Amino acid sequence: MSEPPEKPDLKKDALPAEAETKPKARPAPADPAEIPAWRAAIQGLGPRGLALKVGAPVLALLISLLITMGLLRVTGADPVSSIQSMIDYGTTDNSIVDIVNRATRYYLSAVAVAIGFRMALLNIGVDGQYRLAAMLSAALGGALTLPAPFGQLLTIVAAMLIGGLWAAIAGVLKVTRGVSEVLSTIMLNAIATGLIAYLLNDKRLAEVRPGSNNVATAPIPDSGRVGPLNGFLSSIGIDLPGQMYGLLPLAIVVGIVFWVVINRTRFGFDLKVSGLSPTAAQASGVSARKMIVVTMVASGAVAGLIGMPELLGASYEYSLNFPAGLGFTGITVALLGRNHPVGIALAALLFAFLDQTSDVLQEVDVPKEIVGVMQGVVVLTVVIVYELVRRWEIRLQQRAVASELATGHDLAKETS
Amino acid sequence: MPDQVPAVRLTSITKRFPGVVANRDINLTIERGEVHALCGENGAGKSTLMKILYGMQRPDEGTIEIDGEQVSFKGPADAIARGIGMVHQHFKLADNLTVLENVILGAEPRKRGRIDFAAARRRIEEMSAQYGLRVDPDVLVETLGVGDRQRVEILKVLYRGARVLILDEPTAVLVPQEVDELFGNLRELRAEGLTVLFISHKLDEVLSVADAISVIRRGTSVATCLRPADVTSQQLAELMVGSELPTPELRESTVTEDVQLAVDGLTVLTPEGRAVVDGVSLRIRRGEIVGLAGVEGNGQSELIEAVMGIRSADSGTIVYGGDDITQWATRRRRESGIAYIPEDRHRHGLILEGSLWENRMLGHQTRRPNVRGPWIDKRGARRDTTRIVREYDVRTPGIDVPAAALSGGNQQKLIVGREMSGDPKLLIAAHPTRGIDVGAQAAIWEYLRQARAAGLAVLLISADLEELIGMSDTLHVILRGRLVAQVDPGSVTPEELGSAMTGATGSPEGDDE
Repeated sequence: MSEPPEKPDLKKDALPAEAETKPKARPAPADPAEIPAWRAAIQGLGPRGLALKVGAPVLALLISLLITMGLLRVTGADPVSSIQSMIDYGTTDNSIVDIVNRATRYYLSAVAVAIGFRMALLNIGVDGQYRLAAMLSAALGGALTLPAPFGQLLTIVAAMLIGGLWAAIAGVLKVTRGVSEVLSTIMLNAIATGLIAYLLNDKRLAEVRPGSNNVATAPIPDSGRVGPLNGFLSSIGIDLPGQMYGLLPLAIVVGIVFWVVINRTRFGFDLKVSGLSPTAAQASGVSARKMIVVTMVASGAVAGLIGMPELLGASYEYSLNFPAGLGFTGITVALLGRNHPVGIALAALLFAFLDQTSDVLQEVDVPKEIVGVMQGVVVLTVVIVYELVRRWEIRLQQRAVASELATGHDLAKETS
Repeated sequence: MPDQVPAVRLTSITKRFPGVVANRDINLTIERGEVHALCGENGAGKSTLMKILYGMQRPDEGTIEIDGEQVSFKGPADAIARGIGMVHQHFKLADNLTVLENVILGAEPRKRGRIDFAAARRRIEEMSAQYGLRVDPDVLVETLGVGDRQRVEILKVLYRGARVLILDEPTAVLVPQEVDELFGNLRELRAEGLTVLFISHKLDEVLSVADAISVIRRGTSVATCLRPADVTSQQLAELMVGSELPTPELRESTVTEDVQLAVDGLTVLTPEGRAVVDGVSLRIRRGEIVGLAGVEGNGQSELIEAVMGIRSADSGTIVYGGDDITQWATRRRRESGIAYIPEDRHRHGLILEGSLWENRMLGHQTRRPNVRGPWIDKRGARRDTTRIVREYDVRTPGIDVPAAALSGGNQQKLIVGREMSGDPKLLIAAHPTRGIDVGAQAAIWEYLRQARAAGLAVLLISADLEELIGMSDTLHVILRGRLVAQVDPGSVTPEELGSAMTGATGSPEGDDE
């Protein structure tokens, strides 16, 4: 009869008035395990000290590297040479451009997911949100010809609006009808897929490309496109082949804005508090309903940006070949990146690197699917290591507080 | 009975928590077949000691002997295997299962891979008869009252073969009739040779049911194995609180004529349409502390949540300093100067993972010094947190530690300091001193007195009747959501207040709802 950890009870109104169901302040100090591990994971709770902040991911990556090498061994490959060939291939100029472009998409997707995660809102619908937004904004961009910055801006703003509105449906359903956002966003993904299939038709928003089976929206005119970043990079002495997304800086800006909003604004504080303790947030005056809708919209708006670098920088149209499934990758990348803008950037690069170099493994007779297993191993290891380190650190801290107080180091007693 | 091996012997038990030593060198011997009462104030360390005996906590020092044999429990499962069972203060039952299913849950008798309900029912009926614990095994737990639920909990523990029963404040949730019934049950258990360890701070109950009494004060045992015939409740009280204990009391009246809060006909309904707060009207003037006495679960929580705007009022009005705030959102109410010390600091008062300065902002995240416009003013918030830590004597090495690292009393002092910041005009204080150590309790009373002298209007809810009587200018009794009486805190005794709270004094209705 061990005590189960207390479940967060969101349905406060549903509590009966009988005395025995009332939770009482626990006299013993808080148990760090009081927060279920899954919540800690999705909210990016981790160690607080700098040494552990750096140490935990390094440790986790080392562990996952070991597991990965073990896996490669089991499949009959030579782990060292396989990883060596992945690194060799991954550091060629061509690969670097591809990896960065891929990481840009993963990054935006993961930030969209992380916004929801920060308040314990699981937006599984990023996938549908970005595809619908990309498709409709592509149709809009292709239909209009506007002078230089306006066409691009219009497409981007439209994509954010569409993504935000699509996500808002799930938020409103949760607030008014109590529908779990997990369920509604999954269903909205399916609806988005159907809607895109319906609209991406030569009788509606698309046209058939002559000589192929592909259907696509009308191409975005030259004045509405965003050129590659290569020119700028050459001017600072980095010469790369291929085309680096011109909207890469947009992803960086999104990351910075995300960090500033979460850490430096009232809204971000409300968001974090709502995620960490809905009950305390409510008592402090945060309107849970408003926060849910606003957060879903913000998450959806960033999701709308996911397709933009590709749409405005490479494909110029939404077709059947448009990258799909980025929303789901974003969930794992956000988890791996601990919902921190820098962490997500590193995680996105790692995932992009693994995806990019998976082909090389076939040359050494390892199925490329093993990369998926590697990615899973990395995420699981990071989540587990962080949670263990976090709990260990809290215990350590409680002990440290006690011993510091015992030795007379007490802020209340010091003169300023 | 020195010739007999004691059922339980605890020797030199010490347990430390951050900032507090919960148990210090406690010795306790419990003979077989007795009802042994363990008394002590809130926060004296009774619960910790019982958790150690039940294997939920491990002692830092000391030994546990069961039937003369030294044991070391890794978890409650080990304790259960040694015949120790615990009935928690807050029941752990599945509402949507029957009594029978709840009792056997986790210890189901099996026959050819299937649960043998017939055997289970036989066993439960036997036990019910043997110990006089009458409950119908086939009713759903959700239909049972508190007293019946407690019997189910006791059955559950007995079913697992417990010979030593720990009851953690079993009477806290019961009305007097149910208490009598429980004591009847305990006597039957004792007659059957079981040992009962009964935790309480209600001295009359202890004296009426216990064979032996031990007292814990500030984490250490100050008296063991007293015979109830040899002590008076006065002596017990002195043992429990020690001589240096401060008492809650107010000095001269500071009550003014300005009504700060006027609640009229406030009604709050459950989703099923039952009134949990039923037509409550009360006035709180500036400089006045209005106490609200009631057995937990009689609408106090809902009433304060309605005043805070956390719960919406189904009818009635709340007027605050001349404004009708019935429809205001919680944030607006807080911004206009309503401060709130919630009853459950972990769930409603703190972000345990947040640092102290982030917790300083909680509930004040729209006001200076915490924010400037839409931006967080980290420096301002940190500076003010340091001020609170100093002024309210929050024992912490710094303001960057998470709130979870502080002891309960220091967490509470942080909350009190925070809520007293920003010139509040009305304070809703729910159990402000629950579960905290004696020193912090006295400090919090002093802050309340100072704030009252400065013109603050206070609504005080507490389960500690002494605190209510001592700290209130006006005292209302709430029963089943209604204010049923107003008593004079200057003359009422805790006993009179207690019977008013349970409706024992001439309430026209029966006791069961």
